[in-house]
Amino acid sequence: MNDWLAGAVLALTLASAAVAGYLMLRDRLAQDRTFALFAAAEVVLVVQLVVGCVALGTADRDVDGVLFVSYLVGNCLALPIGVFWSLAERSRSGTGVLVVAALTVAALQVRLDTIWSGVGG
Amino acid sequence: MAEQRTARVELSSGPGRVLVFVYGVFAVAATGRSLVQLGTDADRAPFAYSLSLVAAVIYLVATTCLLLGGRVAWRVAVAACSIEVLGVVGIGILSYVDTELFPDKTVWSHFGQGYGFLPLVLPFLGLAWLRATAPDS
Repeated sequence: MNDWLAGAVLALTLASAAVAGYLMLRDRLAQDRTFALFAAAEVVLVVQLVVGCVALGTADRDVDGVLFVSYLVGNCLALPIGVFWSLAERSRSGTGVLVVAALTVAALQVRLDTIWSGVGG
Repeated sequence: MAEQRTARVELSSGPGRVLVFVYGVFAVAATGRSLVQLGTDADRAPFAYSLSLVAAVIYLVATTCLLLGGRVAWRVAVAACSIEVLGVVGIGILSYVDTELFPDKTVWSHFGQGYGFLPLVLPFLGLAWLRATAPDS
């Protein structure tokens, strides 16, 4: 799988988590610029979904396909759900949801790379 | 109707909002994991995989109850979180003591090590939140 994409996902989600975390500590609400960062991460995740599925189709070694694709899809769903769940309550906790959502994707991404390398199930 | 709405705000607002999201993630993760395990390789570790499914159901119940809010949902959520504590501690110990029972991991084995020990912390956060939002009896 593409290391650049994986790196971009990690960088963007960790940056998103850091920004949202800072806002949460300062008790300020996330504004358009923060959501733009989340949107950028989501774009990369969708690209990764497509690239990942193609890579899986052409891979010449054993990768747990079902698991791999479910992680790719789950990775794409976490941010939108988190953002909308956060927007439904504009409060400090709402910003906290953004932090958790971004960290969730970062964790999923690490697992995704492990699954792709075929180590452990 | 109005009463229900207040109750709903209580359980899934404030810190509860973060909690619902985390529980939701675990509900999806555990359900996905158990379905993949049972669907592709059920014979390898039937006991561990069944436990994965049990964990998934518990997380789903807890998430739903936090979302619904209200007196009954609050009680069910307390029960779900309590079972979670027993589950993660029990399975955690069992997975160290009797490794043969667990040829493959579950969400709760080794105290949720594969998930950054969050499964061990989560039910206590849940119970703390439920305690803070306890309905007047």
